[in-house]
Amino acid sequence: MTTITRPTEVEAQRQDAPRPRRRRWLGSSPLGLLFTAPYLIFICAIFAYPIVFAVWMSFQDYFFSAPGVEVDRPFVGFDNYIAVLQDPAVWQSFRNVGVFLIINVPLTVVLSIVLASALNRVVHARAFLRVSYYVPYVAASVAVVGVWLFLFSGGGLVNNVLGDLAPVPSWLINSQLAMPVIALFVTWKQLGFYILLYLAALQNVPKELYESAATDGAGGVRTFFSVTVPGVRPATLLVLLISTITGANLFTEPYLLTGGGGPNGASASPVLLMYQKGIEQGNPDVASAIGVILIICVLIIAFIQRRLVRDEES
Amino acid sequence: MRRGMTIGILAAATAVALVGCSGGGGGGDARTKGPITIWYSNNEAEIAWGKQMVEAWNADNPDEQVKAQEIPAGDSSEEVISAAITAGNAPCLIFNTSPAAVPQFEKQGGLVSLSDFEDGDDYITSRTGDLAEQYASADGAYFQMPWKSNPVMIFYNKDLFAKAGLDADSPKLSTYDEFLTASRAIVDSGAAKYAIHPAPTSEFFQSWFDFYPLYAAETEGTQLVEDGKATFDSDEGEAVSELWRTMYEENLAGQEQYQGDSFLDGEAAMAIVGPWAIAVYGDDVNWGAVPVPTSEGTDAAETYTFSDAKNIGLYSACKNQQTAWDVLKFATSEEQDGKLLELTGQMPLRSDLTTVYPDYFADNPAYTVFGDQASRTVEVPNVANSVEIWQNFRDGYSKAVIFGEGDIPAFLKDTAAKIDTLASAN
Repeated sequence: MTTITRPTEVEAQRQDAPRPRRRRWLGSSPLGLLFTAPYLIFICAIFAYPIVFAVWMSFQDYFFSAPGVEVDRPFVGFDNYIAVLQDPAVWQSFRNVGVFLIINVPLTVVLSIVLASALNRVVHARAFLRVSYYVPYVAASVAVVGVWLFLFSGGGLVNNVLGDLAPVPSWLINSQLAMPVIALFVTWKQLGFYILLYLAALQNVPKELYESAATDGAGGVRTFFSVTVPGVRPATLLVLLISTITGANLFTEPYLLTGGGGPNGASASPVLLMYQKGIEQGNPDVASAIGVILIICVLIIAFIQRRLVRDEES
Repeated sequence: MRRGMTIGILAAATAVALVGCSGGGGGGDARTKGPITIWYSNNEAEIAWGKQMVEAWNADNPDEQVKAQEIPAGDSSEEVISAAITAGNAPCLIFNTSPAAVPQFEKQGGLVSLSDFEDGDDYITSRTGDLAEQYASADGAYFQMPWKSNPVMIFYNKDLFAKAGLDADSPKLSTYDEFLTASRAIVDSGAAKYAIHPAPTSEFFQSWFDFYPLYAAETEGTQLVEDGKATFDSDEGEAVSELWRTMYEENLAGQEQYQGDSFLDGEAAMAIVGPWAIAVYGDDVNWGAVPVPTSEGTDAAETYTFSDAKNIGLYSACKNQQTAWDVLKFATSEEQDGKLLELTGQMPLRSDLTTVYPDYFADNPAYTVFGDQASRTVEVPNVANSVEIWQNFRDGYSKAVIFGEGDIPAFLKDTAAKIDTLASAN
């Protein structure tokens, strides 16, 4: 017969005392912290610290200086924000990126979900088609921009095809058309990535739902809207968020495609202005203020998108 | 207790970080000698010059060896240099320092005043003469060594001029009327799509190759900003702007950026470039060069233009600054300037250029006109917010002149007001 000796209550308390505290700090699986630590450090170093630093810079009269050089960087309150909000070029850049998002985001969602659904059904040459859509995404922007310049420049292929119908001034120097062309370019270039997201999401839509819809006599279009679209709603939210965030960070395309945000700033984006003011002109404080405003705008848009998609879901 | 420890660790980490930052490159003793590092431009001709210069120095100075490398790749040299200053790892000398960026580098504390060397001012002024004044900072000190210029002129394609029925050997391009007449003849005859095609894009430096050379010529050597005030809100500024606006309005100059070299490709019959282009165009284009036009026409021997200079900066992160200064003087000596001329075709900023190297100009007559032009160049103003000033100018110019929106007097007045504010700021 085995006798079990129970520790006294006091002993038990003594033994258990450090546990809740340790648990509170380290969680129930301390080893997990070890595994996540590299990524947490990465996030802190690459994202969190620069954002906090940028917010701090935006309230100072800040400029980059050589180490060891004593410089005065006084707190200036909202002066940088006031300067930014009084600058017509900044307002124009936010309007430009607004136009970009209005074209790019819906187009990205619609095209990627439709093409992903079509690709999901394709039997022949599936791998080839998937790779084909993905190639522009992985290709260097500089190289791809060259192709679009060839297409949309004044004497380019598109204008040659259009003949007398070609716009005057031409696409990339037309203040009404420059930003839409950039939006189309970015949509086309990024499409492969979003198609991939939707293809992954489509694998999780239960096949029974499609069978039930077919049994009920639903056609292709009806099935798409009643089964596919609701079935990939989490992916849609992700696509909306990512395309909004990457779109708000637009830089390379106006920098290369329209020669630095031309014509007359019609395709300048806030990030392009941040580059000009922060890096070229040595005013990182003003550039940071633009960046902080941009972050706030993106967060508001993302919040609204999340609420809208969630409301539909509920 | 634990909280106290955590705070202690954080404080220690912060202190270590701060000490690390401040010790990174706080500059060295101006009298110290020893090995140094230099950067030079990454074009083939300047690499060849840089290598032979370093070899020559190292052979005679075993205790003060120079390690050289091309300037690291980046969107622009200025961004790379600015980042290096901030990081505290700039080399001792950079043989590719843009005068427009010098005020910013100076503000960053990244440059050493060459005037602080005993023979600093004397050496600079004796080599460069009166032109050196344009490179002095507001306090009169030199934070850059005027090194070489690429005085820009009108290059024209003789074959396309002949095709347009123009005199290819001595074309009439000295007045605005003549320039417009020739331009119209080129485009109307179909000899080229455009008469001239300066980059119409929005980068801050593009005005150095359309408005500024003509403005320098029209004003007989006035900088964009002088005595803290914009100078271009004037009859001369208006005349230059009107000429270019007419060029764009009549489609004699292209509003859209060209992918490649429009002059080399025959897309345009003229270009505004410096002597570096001679080696580039070589035998591919049958070219000639004339000074930029003025409204009434100016004698070639009196015409000013933009210098397109690149200078040498001595950076504060340098530990052996005396060696750096000695290398700088060696690299700008009469012998090394001669080699620079020979290997790159770029003009050393010497007051006695054509008389010091008569053999070179006799053997290379194509460069003679540039050698002569080098003595009448205008630099970008050495003022605070230089890049921002040029960006403001470019934005206004792009709108009013290239795309013809609004009237030119308003552009000149509004932009001058903005630039006055920027130039007067610290």
